[in-house]
Amino acid sequence: MPKSTALLIGLCGAALAVFPAAADGIDKQDFSQIERGRYLTVAGDCTACHTLPGSGRDFAGGRPIDTPFGQLIGPNITPDAETGIGAWTDDEFVNALTNGTGRNGQRLYPAMPYTYYTKLTRDDALAIRAYLNTLPAIHNPVEPNQLPFPFDIRASMLLWDQLFFTPGSFRPNPNKGADWNRGAYLAEGLTHCGMCHTPKNFLGGDRNGEYLRGYALQGWFAPDITNDTRRGLGGWSADEIAAYLKTGHNSTSAAAGLMAEMVNLSTSHLNDHDLQAIAVYLKDAPGNGTGGTLSQPAKPDEKVMAAGSAIYADECSGCHRSDGKGTDGLFPSLNGSPVVQQRDPTTLLHVVLRGVRSASTVGAPTAAAMPQFDWLLTDDQVAAVLTYIRNTWGNAAPPVSAAAAGNARHAFTERSD
Amino acid sequence: MKAVHRINRRQLLASSAIVLLLGPRLAQAAVIKGALPWKPGAADPPPAVLPDGWHYFTQQEAATVEAFVDRLIPPEPQTPGGKDCGCAVFIDRQLAGPYGRNEAFYMAGPFQQGTKQQGPQSALTIAEQYRKALAAFDAACLKRFNGKAFVTLSDEQKDDVIKGLEDGSFKLDGFDGKEFFGQILKDTQNGFLADPIYGGNKDMAAWKMIGFPGAHYDYRDWIDRHNQRVTLPTVGINNHPNWTQ
Amino acid sequence: MARKLPRKDAVIIGLGWTGSILAHELTDAGLDVVAIERGPWRDTASDFPISYAQDEWRYRLQHELFLRPAQMTVTFRNNAGQTALPVRNWGAFMLGNGVGGAGVHWNAETFRFLPSDFVTRSHLTERYGANFLPEDMTVQDWGVTYDELEPHYDQFEYLCGTSGTAGNINGKIRDGGNPFEGARSRPYPTPAMKQGYGHALFAQAATELGYKPYPQPSGNLSQAYTNPLGVKLGQCTFCGFCEWFGCANYSKASPQTTILPVLLRKSNFEARTECEVMRINLDRAGKWATGVTYVDSSGEEWEQPADMVLLCAFQLFNVQLLLISGIGTPYDPQTGKGQIGRNFTHQTVSTAVGFFDKNKYNFNPFIGAGAIGMCIDEFNGDNFDHRDLGFVGGGYIGQVRTNGRPLESMAVPPGTPAWGAKWKQALRDNYLSSVICGAACHGSFYAYRDVYLDLDPTYKDRFSRPLMRMTIDFHDNELKMSAFLTDKYAEILQKMGASQVVKKPRQGPYDVTDYQTSHLCGGAIMGDNPGNSALNKYLQSWDVPNLFVQGASAFPQNAGYNPTDTVGALAYWSAAAIRSQYLKNPGPLVHA
Repeated sequence: MPKSTALLIGLCGAALAVFPAAADGIDKQDFSQIERGRYLTVAGDCTACHTLPGSGRDFAGGRPIDTPFGQLIGPNITPDAETGIGAWTDDEFVNALTNGTGRNGQRLYPAMPYTYYTKLTRDDALAIRAYLNTLPAIHNPVEPNQLPFPFDIRASMLLWDQLFFTPGSFRPNPNKGADWNRGAYLAEGLTHCGMCHTPKNFLGGDRNGEYLRGYALQGWFAPDITNDTRRGLGGWSADEIAAYLKTGHNSTSAAAGLMAEMVNLSTSHLNDHDLQAIAVYLKDAPGNGTGGTLSQPAKPDEKVMAAGSAIYADECSGCHRSDGKGTDGLFPSLNGSPVVQQRDPTTLLHVVLRGVRSASTVGAPTAAAMPQFDWLLTDDQVAAVLTYIRNTWGNAAPPVSAAAAGNARHAFTERSD
Repeated sequence: MKAVHRINRRQLLASSAIVLLLGPRLAQAAVIKGALPWKPGAADPPPAVLPDGWHYFTQQEAATVEAFVDRLIPPEPQTPGGKDCGCAVFIDRQLAGPYGRNEAFYMAGPFQQGTKQQGPQSALTIAEQYRKALAAFDAACLKRFNGKAFVTLSDEQKDDVIKGLEDGSFKLDGFDGKEFFGQILKDTQNGFLADPIYGGNKDMAAWKMIGFPGAHYDYRDWIDRHNQRVTLPTVGINNHPNWTQ
Repeated sequence: MARKLPRKDAVIIGLGWTGSILAHELTDAGLDVVAIERGPWRDTASDFPISYAQDEWRYRLQHELFLRPAQMTVTFRNNAGQTALPVRNWGAFMLGNGVGGAGVHWNAETFRFLPSDFVTRSHLTERYGANFLPEDMTVQDWGVTYDELEPHYDQFEYLCGTSGTAGNINGKIRDGGNPFEGARSRPYPTPAMKQGYGHALFAQAATELGYKPYPQPSGNLSQAYTNPLGVKLGQCTFCGFCEWFGCANYSKASPQTTILPVLLRKSNFEARTECEVMRINLDRAGKWATGVTYVDSSGEEWEQPADMVLLCAFQLFNVQLLLISGIGTPYDPQTGKGQIGRNFTHQTVSTAVGFFDKNKYNFNPFIGAGAIGMCIDEFNGDNFDHRDLGFVGGGYIGQVRTNGRPLESMAVPPGTPAWGAKWKQALRDNYLSSVICGAACHGSFYAYRDVYLDLDPTYKDRFSRPLMRMTIDFHDNELKMSAFLTDKYAEILQKMGASQVVKKPRQGPYDVTDYQTSHLCGGAIMGDNPGNSALNKYLQSWDVPNLFVQGASAFPQNAGYNPTDTVGALAYWSAAAIRSQYLKNPGPLVHA
């Protein structure tokens, strides 16, 4: 990011401390509204779905989005009148963001996070519109709906919305401070953490009572980010959370895969105040061993642990060390790591079988990568070493089975990441 | 409904860092710009040698070479010899691959012999040299021992022949015996002490013999323990008996 | 017919250490830079992971990370009376290839040269008289001083996180460091490495003999480190698969672990790999570079125009490209005229093998690193009085054993047969208890009239360009020096408690099959006027002012140390001059 933009973000950060009481409507000449809109668009990570990477055509749509029900394609949200949203009224735009309705009352699929963006104030929604209006209009017709029958029937979303969508903009909690409220406004809204981190029911709606308790998607497991000390962020300070979101790294953990993309496109560009606010909000959430997981994980098989220990010593300790503590900012700590202790080991399986590069940001450019081990380790060995890591140094989590490793291995070979 | 190629979003993200074969410009260059590339599936471990017959040697050549390596590194109670350690298998697989084909070598002419200091200048690949030398060697043995092949000789006779190659007294027709001896000795030792993934050093016998713990990577717990025996299990790249209790 | 590409501000030939340093410095200055690299992209997790990096056969013996002679090689002869023949497989040196160059697989031994090394001729003349040097020895002063380079040595060492113990900080001699070193402005960025048994025993013996041993300055880091660019390195784990190998855990300084993560993020930088530069293009007058022509992996030719050219290939290929591009005058050993190709040097290394009682000594040689070890500098450079010795120059002596890789650790006592039961037994008996350092005596290699580089008349590369021809042999000076150093080392081995010491001083003739470091230097040397050098003190070509030639090709002669720290320092020094002077006013920086 050019230095000038960072400076602008810093300036705007000061202006964003409280919800701005600007006049309703969009003023094309209002630089501060446009700049606020640009910042909010980054916070919402709109580009992740609406820009085809490598195309050089920002927000012109065309990016395939995998959902459990099939594929959608992110539509064109440049101001092109014919193929983008140039001809939409402001109300139609705000409705799309906050009510899940397209033009002509058509239902949007909740791959568009309107269930979260509904928290937006009208002002902020209009600021986003003001920014999008300044983009080059790109002619690019996209048919978003690539879902197979019967999911391609948009009208069915009416029922879905009844069950799983509570519209309404954010109501500040008078019992919490400004920081918490700002963090809640962002996390429950624009930055839509729950979209990936809240488990879904079979219809794809957020599961009741399990907010931020982790969810498997696209070959990864977005971990529990409640304050559970073992599986969540209970062991992280607010500063550590903020550092992670800003740079993709903190003293014990590294963002990789889908989260690395999120950090790169979105959170690393938020100002320090907002990152602190999100961190304050997350640190205030409950979570201490409650919520549907095993309270006492089963004691893993001794033979498995012995094998896992031997594999760990030969293949892992060279970076992660025999005490599992890794190296600050370079090799994640496994010792006490929440990622390691998720009930769902998909991320661990992905990382060990396929390898991955960690996030690279201005604040943490090194981007060390984990090599792949699928060619070396059998399913049994993968299961053993992961079970070992999940149950050593005070860690406790359900063992990983060879069958799970085998399924993951097969699923990953069908992926290209 | 518009048909769209099912591209995975990860693939798209990865490909934004490396641009390959896009359009006429800059084709055939891996252009790297904007981010450190990441491509899954990039691991390139050495393919493990399997016991699936000889890939280069004929049966006769293999028998001769096995007998030869077993004298270069004879068996004794503590450690197997060259044959049982798989040295001939190692040599066979190497000769069948890029090593035998001199793939890395500069093989353009003109070819002429130079000084010892100028190094090997043969127009033949290593694999071709072995074939030629082994034929000459077998013939020389038949001649010297009245029709008895090298493999049928006693150990003492074999050793005599090898000594003769080494000092130049046992001559080969059409090939430099000393050079052949030097090559096969080197390759036998390579097979004896290389990682067992290449077919030799079976069960890491050679490493265990000398006290080399193998393909470990972390000795931080040992650097300060001066003059103490390291008690780590012996391991190879894909050879970890210690992983199965 | 080459297709022309859009112009760039700077084109860099070769993306190794100097290419990466220059790319970072120039992009920082706002230039639009493209680097063209002959070899492939290389990265830790994809190319040297912890699961198979430790493979002696593949990487040490089959040289898999190196340039293949099939792709490019050189020819060699000892003297002009011989026909040079191709080096068909590497022996005496191994040449880097790919992004990171030799920085990927170097030892990471990070020595500075001595202040006197930069003024070799004037220093030796002053001390011993003009007639002391052999008549055909062509050593000369560099045109740059140690003091001028000191901040840039510091810059390279802090880039790498070099581990060491300073011996001289601002003139104050410090215990535990090298008392002979040039003054440095501050301590090393990380503490010295821990030492193994053999290394510590050497230090003890050396101390008892009255020497001042110091830990070898190492780019294998003793602890995790964040460099000034914000890039993090890890802690070396003494794996013993260092030199010749890539590092699997980010603990060896290389372009990959120090610069590339930041460089690649820059929108004004682009790397093109698997592309070979054919020549540097010049304007009609031949006095200004217009860019380069290169060939991609399909054989397509491209012209890359640029305002300035940085030649950052390996030493040999810097010289080759200069000659092929018609830059400067080729050296003629008969007349002594011409700068390109002269003062070609290598390194004079030797060793002694120590055999110890296997019941008392276990050196665990496999616990090692590329730059571990303890050294003494009493016999380096002109640190000692040469008056009655019959030679000049010197080198460090050290127990710098890096590894116990089996195929490189087969030393058996003299008289042991080369094969058979006795050989096997000797191998078993001596592996753990012998001391085998490839380059325990790391001596200088001074320059001579008849040691030089030129284009081979017969042998061609795959593009039909002539190969570089090396004409090189040892002179008495270096052989005498080597014998002297080897004797000193043998004494220390004896003092360590060796039962038997086998001396292996360097012998002539120069043998291209015998590995003796890859520290090839010279051929495009720096100096203070165009009559004695190819480059000025800023590594700017006297002939083509918008061409800068980095690397050890600039060394007028080689000193008794590994070259990379000096190569890095010169790159930073050159980059600083480009940024502060050249870019403001492109043209010659020195008017001789």
